Amino acid sequence: MNHVIPPSIQAYVLPVLYGVVVVALLPLLAGYIVLLERKVMADMQARLGPMRVGPHGLLQPIADALKLLIKEDIVPEKADRFLFWCAPVLSVTMALLAYAAIPFGPVFQIADLNVGLLFILAISSLGIYGIVLGGWASNSHYSLLGALRSAAQLVSYETAAGLALVSGLMLAGSLSMKDIVQAQYDQGVWFVFVVPVGFFIYLVGSIAETNRAPFDLPEAESELVAGYMTEYSGFRWALYFLGEYANMVVVAAIATTLFLGGWLRPFARYQDHLFGTSIELLDLLPTILFLAAAAYCFWLAPRQPVQIQKIVMALVGGLCLVLAAGMTGALFAPDAVRLGIHGAFWFLAKVFAYIYAFLWIRFTFPRYRFDQLMRLGWRFLIPLALVNVIVVGTTIVLQQNWEWRHPMLSAIVTTAIMLGVAAFLAREGSAPSEPAEVGEGN
Amino acid sequence: MNSLLFYFFSILAIASAILMVTRRNIVHGAVFLITTLLATAGIFLQLQAEFLFVVQIILYVGGIMVLFVFVIMLVNLDVSLHLVQFNRMKFVSTILAVVLAGHLFAAFWITRNSLNLGPRGEAMMQPRNTESVGQALFQNYMLPFEIASILLLVAMIGAVVMAKRKV
Repeated sequence: MNHVIPPSIQAYVLPVLYGVVVVALLPLLAGYIVLLERKVMADMQARLGPMRVGPHGLLQPIADALKLLIKEDIVPEKADRFLFWCAPVLSVTMALLAYAAIPFGPVFQIADLNVGLLFILAISSLGIYGIVLGGWASNSHYSLLGALRSAAQLVSYETAAGLALVSGLMLAGSLSMKDIVQAQYDQGVWFVFVVPVGFFIYLVGSIAETNRAPFDLPEAESELVAGYMTEYSGFRWALYFLGEYANMVVVAAIATTLFLGGWLRPFARYQDHLFGTSIELLDLLPTILFLAAAAYCFWLAPRQPVQIQKIVMALVGGLCLVLAAGMTGALFAPDAVRLGIHGAFWFLAKVFAYIYAFLWIRFTFPRYRFDQLMRLGWRFLIPLALVNVIVVGTTIVLQQNWEWRHPMLSAIVTTAIMLGVAAFLAREGSAPSEPAEVGEGN
Repeated sequence: MNSLLFYFFSILAIASAILMVTRRNIVHGAVFLITTLLATAGIFLQLQAEFLFVVQIILYVGGIMVLFVFVIMLVNLDVSLHLVQFNRMKFVSTILAVVLAGHLFAAFWITRNSLNLGPRGEAMMQPRNTESVGQALFQNYMLPFEIASILLLVAMIGAVVMAKRKV
């Protein structure tokens, strides 16, 4: 292939290819996250969820997308047409643009910027304009209120989440996504075990940033119909939805990279050279997982009610078998391929675990009231994040200068201090506040 | 290619700056201001100052402008649409603008021979200039940096005091 492509554009071929793959697969992925969400919700509420389209509703996202595509496109008469058109596009573009710097594996990354993490933060902070401008352009009270809430919420929680990321960054000593993962490999520990409090702050902050329950006030259906997207329908609405779910994957990817070890498998430095070969025992985990999934599908297939569902279920089982074979085959491939495929597997597995935590939280906690949300953000999370930065920075310096050699020691000390601070802040925050100052302004 | 990008971003910045001051609708004005800031960020990127590019977006576009838009949306737009945008100071301000432009032009013209921007510093050419920014801020210019921080802190406390009245 090398002599077919002129050398001047050779450097761009692979990134462009990756970009096309990401843009093509992401809507599908978002659709299946929606299905996952509905299934998890159904499971937690002891019902079945979507079951009609395909076996266990597996084709539901495709049906939904088709429905949204052919729905009537309505623009409110008094809307600001240009911004109304712009806003959903902005929302989805910014979400997609952030994927440029996300490392899905040691080789599968569109661009390894040396300010990668900041780039992702910057781009995803632009996504808010999609919400704010869309809410304003709709010329509706519900939309405007949703947009205002969203703006206030994002500005508040972005600070806390950003400060939480700083604690991880100090450990990594780099802003490049690739170097951050490499630092976790070199230090032999995922940063979530070193700064668990920072991870927790980021988890809360990222839920608020993606406007998800229990912080989904911008689209609280019991108060604001659908918040900023009340006036949107059909494809534009689908774009908003895509942007929202794409953003979820982005924040999950940031957390995975910075705190959960990115594409590294658990115990990445542990090598056992199973049976004297080059294969590690832990590298067989993906294969076993896919084999189990395949077995489950084949077990389910004859129990499907309709003939076509039996066939599709068997096909899904077959797909799992193929994936298992692929994962096994990759073990014998050259290093780049092996690391690429297994890295992507672990990365996506962690991203989905993070998203599962999102869903779990969503179906567990009731929605916050807006003043509660603001108090949690400003009185608890931001001070906690500030102290966290100072404490983690101090322990890093101590570790370097005072020869605190054991890495876990500083982690334990840091966490203990931070939990104490958190307890203190929580007591301060829950103390009965002064009587409301409503009506005092005149 | 490089200068092409520069001209693209400069024209974008200037054009949207002009559009920003001429729009009647204040939200449209804000949108064009955002475009201007983004184009400026693009110029930073074209100069290979990635850190400045990202910080420009995070701070100005992602932070300050969000608050701007937030406040603008609380303003009653129907009133602001009918406000007279250009007042009687138009004449005076035109003269002042021309004087300022002439001043700048004269300054460039007089120093045109001695004006030597020189080659870019070594730090700028390194692929990781985030570290150089950090070193410059926290080692070479520690005192000004701290003074600026104190100023911001004072401003912040002042804002809180003014907003709260009884502390």
